[in-house]
Amino acid sequence: MSYEQFMDQAISPWMLEDGPDHDIVLSSRIRLARNLADHKFPVIAPSEELNDVKNFFEKEYNQASFEGSGPLQFVPVQDLSTIEKMVLVEKHLISPLLTKKFNTAASLISPDEQISIMINEEDHLRIQLYYSGFQLQDALTKAFEVDDWIEDKVNYAFDEKRGYLTSCPTNVGTGMRASVMMHLPALVITKQLNRMIPAINHLGVVVRGIYGEGSEALGHLFQISNQITLGKSENNIIEDLQGVVRQLIEHERHARNKLLKELGTGLEDRIFRSLGALKYSRIMDTKEMATRLSHVRLGVDLELINLPRHILTELTVLTQPGFLQYHTQKTLTPRERDVLRASVIREKLADL
Amino acid sequence: MKCQQCQKRPATVHYTHVMNGKKTNIHVCEVCAKENGYMTYPEEGFSLHDLLTGLFHLDTPKVDLQGHPFQQIEEVRCPSCDMTFTEFKRIGKFGCAECYHTFSNRLDPIFSRVHSGNTRHIGKIPKRKGGHLHLKKQLEDYRQQLRTLIENEAFEKAAIVRDNIKELEQQIRNKEAGDTP
Repeated sequence: MSYEQFMDQAISPWMLEDGPDHDIVLSSRIRLARNLADHKFPVIAPSEELNDVKNFFEKEYNQASFEGSGPLQFVPVQDLSTIEKMVLVEKHLISPLLTKKFNTAASLISPDEQISIMINEEDHLRIQLYYSGFQLQDALTKAFEVDDWIEDKVNYAFDEKRGYLTSCPTNVGTGMRASVMMHLPALVITKQLNRMIPAINHLGVVVRGIYGEGSEALGHLFQISNQITLGKSENNIIEDLQGVVRQLIEHERHARNKLLKELGTGLEDRIFRSLGALKYSRIMDTKEMATRLSHVRLGVDLELINLPRHILTELTVLTQPGFLQYHTQKTLTPRERDVLRASVIREKLADL
Repeated sequence: MKCQQCQKRPATVHYTHVMNGKKTNIHVCEVCAKENGYMTYPEEGFSLHDLLTGLFHLDTPKVDLQGHPFQQIEEVRCPSCDMTFTEFKRIGKFGCAECYHTFSNRLDPIFSRVHSGNTRHIGKIPKRKGGHLHLKKQLEDYRQQLRTLIENEAFEKAAIVRDNIKELEQQIRNKEAGDTP
């Protein structure tokens, strides 16, 4: 087994199942930042020290299995080509920052891509757990188990007063960032979301576009996450976040019904035009694709179109610049990418 | 609202300009804002980190009455990683776990701003350290008991508690010595 398996499939195995509230919440993620007690943090540690940390995790955890997750694959960043790095970033298995620390950084990834542990990013360890749909509580439980499993062999930097010590003051305490990815087309189209954001921020919850910023968020995809990590327990943080997410789900469902009633055929037209554009276009840039895919996903949710949702998720990843270039095995100009993207989408949607 | 400058793109930058006590509201799009220098972008966009490092500087006066920058009288330096407090404020990152202790008395205002007034951790505790904390708490309880017993001249009972304390201290020492990387 090697890391090529992570390149060959655009969709992560955990995405194949529809999770709870999958019509609005695409995925849930928990990330824990952890450092080792007796090592300098990656931001200033000399390479030799970071290599010791990296080698320790390769020795102890490469091919090790956490419960039923299957053997973790150790992926050193220095072994990856530029395009391979892009692919792993597009799949959110590693961060852009990790790829810049190519000599000392690595990642441990489970075969189902649900667990990924970045080594020597901003902190010594970034433990990430992904779940499909709205499953923050399950993700937290599993993240704690993985955390304890790692802790069997290391001594974490921890302080009774400040909690888990992290390189950046924004992560200290729990070291936890919990987030969900939400598809909120109706709240954007009805211009309600921007009015809700200040109130949401007030609750210590951050809303940001996954691609692009603010109301310009491409594909109507948003990441909702906790802002503070100190002075609140992990469970309380999750509960507050869940409260906000539930509200957003309710408002989005309401807005969708309202849109359908008010626009009727107008909305259907918009959805099916987008399906047509995806099925027949010859040139497709990422911005247009994001909007079209969002319309089609809404069509699936409203039961106007019969498509498996994961095909849409797969298309989002499959048509990113890194993936396109990985599969043609050459560097492409933006125009060539747009042409190739259109043909990849046509192929994928042809039999449906 | 349309951009005041180009009248084409939507205005996304809202800016209040105060000069000689006169307020002017400016509503422009990002492109015009950039051209007019209302906004400066760092190379990779404006990040949370930029915001943060901005916050760190709030607690230090920047210039004296003559406009000369204040000199740091004493530079605190982390004994473990050599990071100075000035350096920490500049990059917005700690160098090691020890930095938290070294700069301890200057961190509350920073944490408080970043974490809505909170400065103390509530939540998960490492298993190993958790066991440890538990023992320390018990030790504290025993010591309290011992003081009460001695005050009441219950010396026989005090001797038992004293032995318990010794045993517990040994346990904590063993645990601390047994900790691996």
